[in-house]
Amino acid sequence: MLIVFFLPHLLYFSSYWSKILKMKKDNKPDNTAFTQQRLPAWQPVLSVGIVLPLFFIIGLAFIGIGIGLLITSNNIQEFEEEYTGIGDNSNCYICANNATANCKCTLNFTIAQPIQGSVFMYYGLTNYYQNHQKYLSSRDDQQLAGETYYLKNPSQSCKPYQMDINNNPIAPCGSIANSFFNDAFALYYNNQGFLDEVKLDGSAIAWWTDHNVKFSNPSQTGSNLSQIFEGTVKPINWSKPVYNLDVNNPDNNGFINEDFLVWMRTAALPDFRKLYRRISGNYSSFMPSGNYTLEITYNYPVKDLPGKKKVIFSTVSWMGGKNQFLGIAYLVFGSLCFVMGFILLIVYAKYQNVEDNDD
Amino acid sequence: MELNSRLGSVDSLDPNDEDMPYSDDETEDELESPLPRTDDEQNRINQETEDNQVPSKKDGTWKVKANDRHFLELPEFKKKHHFCFKKSKYAGNAIKTYKYNALTFLPLNLLEQFKRAANAYFLALLILQVIPQISTLPWYTTLVPLILVLGITAVKDLVDDIARHKMDNEINNRKCDVIQNEKFTESKWMNIKVGDVVRLKKNDFIPADLLLLSSTEPNSLCYVETAELDGETNLKFKMALKVTDEHLQQESQLAKFDALLECEEPNNRLDKFTGTMMWRNQSFPVDMNNILLRGCKIRNTDICHGLVIYAGADTKIMRNGGKTRFKRTNIDYLMNYMVYTIFGLLILISAGLAIGNAFWQEQIGTNAWYLNYGNDYTPSYQGFLTFWGYIIILNTMVPISLYVSVEVIRLGQSHFINWDLQMYYAEKDTPAKARTTTLNEQLGQIEYIFSDKTGTLTQNIMAFKKCNINGKTYGGHCREDGATVDRIHPVDFSWNRYSEGNFKFYDHCLHHSIKYEKEPEIWEFFKLLALCHTVMVEHNEEELVYQAASPDEGALVSAARNFGFVFLARTQDTITINEMGSVNTYEVLAMLDFNSDRKRMSVILRYPDGKIRLYCKGADTVIYERLHPDAKNIKDTQEALDVFANETLRTLCLCYKDIGEEEYEIWDRKHKAASISMADREAALDKVYEEIEKNLFLIGATAIEDKLQDGVPETIAKLARAEIKIWVLTGDKKETAENIGYSCQLLDDDTEIHYGEKVKELLNIRQENRRNMEVVTTGKQKRYDPFFSGNKKNALIITGSWLNDILHEKKKKKKKKLRLRRPKSKEEEFSQQEAKYKEDLIKEQLQSDFVDMACECSAVVCCRVTPKQKAMVVNLVKKYKKAVTLAIGDGANDVNMIKTADIGVGISGQEGMQAVMSSDYAFAQFRFLERLLLVHGRWSYIRMCKFLRYFFYKNFAFTLVHFWYSFFSGFSAQTAYENWFITLYNVLYSSLPVLLVGLLDQDVNDKLSLRFPRLYLPGQKGLLFNYTNFFISLFHGIFTSLIIFFIPYGAFLQTMGQDGEAPSDYQSFAVTTASALIITVNLQISLDTSYWTFINAFSVFGSIAVYFGIMFDIHSAGIHVLFPSAFTFTGVAPNALRQPYLWLTIILTTGICLMPVIALKFLYKIIKPSEGDKVLKNRKKYEKEEALTRRPVSLRRGGTARRSAYAFSHGKGYADLIVSGQSIRRKPHAPRPAVSRVGESSLATQTS
Repeated sequence: MLIVFFLPHLLYFSSYWSKILKMKKDNKPDNTAFTQQRLPAWQPVLSVGIVLPLFFIIGLAFIGIGIGLLITSNNIQEFEEEYTGIGDNSNCYICANNATANCKCTLNFTIAQPIQGSVFMYYGLTNYYQNHQKYLSSRDDQQLAGETYYLKNPSQSCKPYQMDINNNPIAPCGSIANSFFNDAFALYYNNQGFLDEVKLDGSAIAWWTDHNVKFSNPSQTGSNLSQIFEGTVKPINWSKPVYNLDVNNPDNNGFINEDFLVWMRTAALPDFRKLYRRISGNYSSFMPSGNYTLEITYNYPVKDLPGKKKVIFSTVSWMGGKNQFLGIAYLVFGSLCFVMGFILLIVYAKYQNVEDNDD
Repeated sequence: MELNSRLGSVDSLDPNDEDMPYSDDETEDELESPLPRTDDEQNRINQETEDNQVPSKKDGTWKVKANDRHFLELPEFKKKHHFCFKKSKYAGNAIKTYKYNALTFLPLNLLEQFKRAANAYFLALLILQVIPQISTLPWYTTLVPLILVLGITAVKDLVDDIARHKMDNEINNRKCDVIQNEKFTESKWMNIKVGDVVRLKKNDFIPADLLLLSSTEPNSLCYVETAELDGETNLKFKMALKVTDEHLQQESQLAKFDALLECEEPNNRLDKFTGTMMWRNQSFPVDMNNILLRGCKIRNTDICHGLVIYAGADTKIMRNGGKTRFKRTNIDYLMNYMVYTIFGLLILISAGLAIGNAFWQEQIGTNAWYLNYGNDYTPSYQGFLTFWGYIIILNTMVPISLYVSVEVIRLGQSHFINWDLQMYYAEKDTPAKARTTTLNEQLGQIEYIFSDKTGTLTQNIMAFKKCNINGKTYGGHCREDGATVDRIHPVDFSWNRYSEGNFKFYDHCLHHSIKYEKEPEIWEFFKLLALCHTVMVEHNEEELVYQAASPDEGALVSAARNFGFVFLARTQDTITINEMGSVNTYEVLAMLDFNSDRKRMSVILRYPDGKIRLYCKGADTVIYERLHPDAKNIKDTQEALDVFANETLRTLCLCYKDIGEEEYEIWDRKHKAASISMADREAALDKVYEEIEKNLFLIGATAIEDKLQDGVPETIAKLARAEIKIWVLTGDKKETAENIGYSCQLLDDDTEIHYGEKVKELLNIRQENRRNMEVVTTGKQKRYDPFFSGNKKNALIITGSWLNDILHEKKKKKKKKLRLRRPKSKEEEFSQQEAKYKEDLIKEQLQSDFVDMACECSAVVCCRVTPKQKAMVVNLVKKYKKAVTLAIGDGANDVNMIKTADIGVGISGQEGMQAVMSSDYAFAQFRFLERLLLVHGRWSYIRMCKFLRYFFYKNFAFTLVHFWYSFFSGFSAQTAYENWFITLYNVLYSSLPVLLVGLLDQDVNDKLSLRFPRLYLPGQKGLLFNYTNFFISLFHGIFTSLIIFFIPYGAFLQTMGQDGEAPSDYQSFAVTTASALIITVNLQISLDTSYWTFINAFSVFGSIAVYFGIMFDIHSAGIHVLFPSAFTFTGVAPNALRQPYLWLTIILTTGICLMPVIALKFLYKIIKPSEGDKVLKNRKKYEKEEALTRRPVSLRRGGTARRSAYAFSHGKGYADLIVSGQSIRRKPHAPRPAVSRVGESSLATQTS
């Protein structure tokens, strides 16, 4: 950048130097293509031969992409269930209104068509502003990166979740961590009256970089996690300390807990979904049609926001999940380009004639 | 000869065309005519007190004691400086133009920079960002660009200041001899003090304002060249006081010199000085004639001595400088207004979003339990804080790098001007020079050019072109037998050992006639030229060097010399010439010199054989009145004069008369009597001269060409086709100016010329009509009706005195006196004010009418105008036409005009430097103006406009995405991009391509720009950058930001990645929008680039590559490990950009942003093509044509008679100096060095 700004100066000085080196006696400017503004150049003109083919080709290409996207999107099977518990007849109504911890409710649903391919399970929230500026900045990346000093001395940005009332440092600190999504799900396939648990795999649901680079537990040789986190307190809303998030898998604890990582990757928009689990085991590549039961450990309050909670099952394709928008946008814009191409052609023909008459 | 008769009978009521109105520097008291005193007692007393105060103020309080340095330190000369620190009021001779030294550079420069609104604004932002409640962006987003901007400016200032330091040092360390301890010792300029006696040698610069004490020349004359001061290249002489001349020649005498000089305080008037020298109990008056001014150069004088009166900052040259007006371009003003508009917009948007935030807070925020600010501010207070937060994040709407980028572009343009080979004048080795780097694009908007004549349009070189002898015209291309041929080599004068190599004459017939003495009249003709003049001669090692009072005279004498009639030497009363080999000495009985009334000069000579003859040369009108009735060839010569005049040559009639001995005796007695008469000697002498200059016999006429600079008519024609109006403002006489107007094709025979009276009449009629109209229709809308009807071309030729008369200029001065009189009562005061107001109104109307009328004319020539009037005319046009003006000139008399006009151009390569020093652009030839305006000006304007339009666009497109995002992030002032992207967007990712477009773009090349001057018109009308364009950029930016936000928004509504992970996180969204933005804006500038060099291609693709490169780097694991809290986007780029879905989003976004632009551009080109588009369409054809032919421009000569009825454009010659013998050396044989070549410069007397 600096070079750009000093370009004229540099060139000036270089000509000055050349003057000295050549022992130039006169003030005659250098006769170079650059100084004389005669650099070889291509002067493109938006001629009809370029513009019209451009519009037709882009129109066709975009329509093609649009059709492709729409077909792909339509081939994706997606299944969404809301479980906020607002309606009276909702199974989770009780849980939603009684704020007891680990309230359980179940959700029954039917899959009419068997789902082919690997299926992913997401939870979704609406009207939840993870992108709020104050919320977004309420975290301490140094603490989360495992720097020991910041473990005990969280950054000011975590306020008011920096220290608890007793002035103990909170780990992990900040609003994002504090509002960690803590509903839990178990899925059962209703196999002719017999509930067969569908295995859910929670490994590698977060980004590799988050898991291995951005987040890491503070290291201290010869100590286990609970020792390392000694002197810190868990976030106010949490029921379990951070080193004890996953009792089944000791490696999935601390700042690198996968669910925690997914939560910490804040959403761009107020309605969002986050990956919860991969369907694994027997059902990993095929979910038969039929009735399923979802057992929900209902903890997370969204009723007041007012927001909704959902679970989503979906397959993925090369373009990701189901989304009609992009395909339609491509189709519409491609068609517009095509139409525009015709309009331009007509206008051109009309004015070309006028001009010819003038000449 | 209607014109001449009018000239002859200048009646007392009308202004005199011949006189310059009044001196530039006339002070109030010189101008004010005594007002009739009122009998009112009170007024009388007031007046008296005023009168008493004035002289006391003017008294000579500046005292200089020679050879006494302690004198300056006397307590009475101490002046309070800072606090109680006292300092002598006499400045030292060191000059200081630099601004900083090593210690003060940083604080002073920063202070200076923060005075600029933009920088201060960003500093304020920076402070806002530090406040935690408000801070929405980390400090570095503003600091990095700000430091870069400040740094670049600081480096530029530093380089400039170092250059000034060097200059100062060079000047301050110049050496000169000063008397110290009774001896001349070498001293540096900066150590010279007031009261020192200095010794200067030939070709030395004068170090301070000096009183000339003595010199080695007779009568202590001292020749100086004042080029740096007033631009005049001819030598002037100064003379020491008689007493100092006689008593201060030796070093010892000078060392004992102890005079006390009392004079006026330092001032800036170059032409006036009064003082008294007290020495040996006598006092001597000192005036300007005794003063040598700093900046002049000693010429032609071996050694001279002077006493320092004013030093350093007190010198007149320093007092004259430094008043330079800071010029700014229209675009600058526009740009500032736009920045203010943006600023207003910023506040509006921020306020709107803040209100939105307050509502959001009320509706949603209070329920959002996950949001906890840790305080209990009310929603409205929260909204108020958010307002500042938005001010911070939307600050990029006001582009921080705008000003510095604009400066860089202008700097580049200036270098391109400096580098242009086609504006380099090889003969004088002068390239064009852009002296200011801030005005380039204004060059593309010029509507009026004000040009000086001498030295600008003309070369100020006179060449002997033609002559008419005995009714026969010579000077064409003729063979020896008189036949006219097309091409012939110049006459060979090598037989004449006095001939000059550079004299070219093509008439072999005349040469032949002289050589073989065919006609005695021809000899007589050249003899006259060799004898009748006031030229002085110097023998410089076998070579003759002439010093003439005017270039005309020099040309004539030198022509005679080449033809074999060589003026060799003169004494007080003899003149020696070599007539075709034989040396003859004539006794000069009398010299009847020129003046502007007589328009002729004569010499009365006694031939060696005792015959007395009068030779006379003069303006044809004057001579024809005094011819003998029997004189021959009257009619033939008259016709020849007409022909010469048509060819715009300057003519002169030559004649002689034989005088009898008795007749001469009688006349001589009268002459002697008149020359010693005390009362009105001039008039008496004129009367005596008149008596003898009659019954003359015509010999012939000469024709001298006032050489135009190369390519002047072509340039003027081309500029006229670009609808640029050219006004000539000159101090020359009306006839000269008119003549030049014809020869440079500003005027032609179809043009109807209007002079002063006509103008006044028309203006009066208009004034009268208006008064009548007012009675009939008050409040009706003004309708503009032209002054001149018909299709004929009109031209205005007006003199300075008429200008004053028409525009009531003088009244202003008198009014000041009016105010001094105490009004008797309230009513009188009121009526006085009323009258003043009315007068001002009338004056304003007159001025406006005059400008309207002048602008209707195709050409305007103002002659006999003072420098001040030149500036006034420029100002009138600026004021009433709101047009962009350019003034071009070469001399000191143009300085005022150059400084007043929007753009000042100085002709460099001349000796004088004043015009160049105060100009904005300087080059060696008038014709380069064409290239400067039509090529460089046009390009600069187009580039700057393109740059600004795009710059505003790209910042809107960039910033407004935040605005759209607000609606989905709770109006929380959350940015839509990563912070580092915001930091680097303006400095790295998007600036290089547009900067290069600003530097290199050209829609059509220089040849086509010159060939189609109409391409210049959009600039004059300011079509390429105005509020319309600004709003188009704004809407374009809004459109782009809309697409850039909402397409990704749609794509992110509901999505997941290829491998099931949800890429709908904020960071991926930021990367998607940023990538789409970078690709869009870089492709957009590609669409706007019309001249694709490899640098452009490199920069566009480079910018995109740099964006991705840096992004991947910032998002890499390594940098996060090093700075976890500064780089939080770890892994986003590789994760997000591996999703084809996001790439498809980016492609669609870019496509929607750009395709409509392409369609619109194409439609615009088809439906309403601009001039440039039309040229471009046929570019190939034109280029082919260009290669094939280069048509010569044919010059058309006028048909009807035009007379150049003037003699010389100068006043009196050297006759006085010659006759008094003052300049004649006591030792005439001493070799004298060359002063200057005849024809290139001349020696003029101070005729006052």
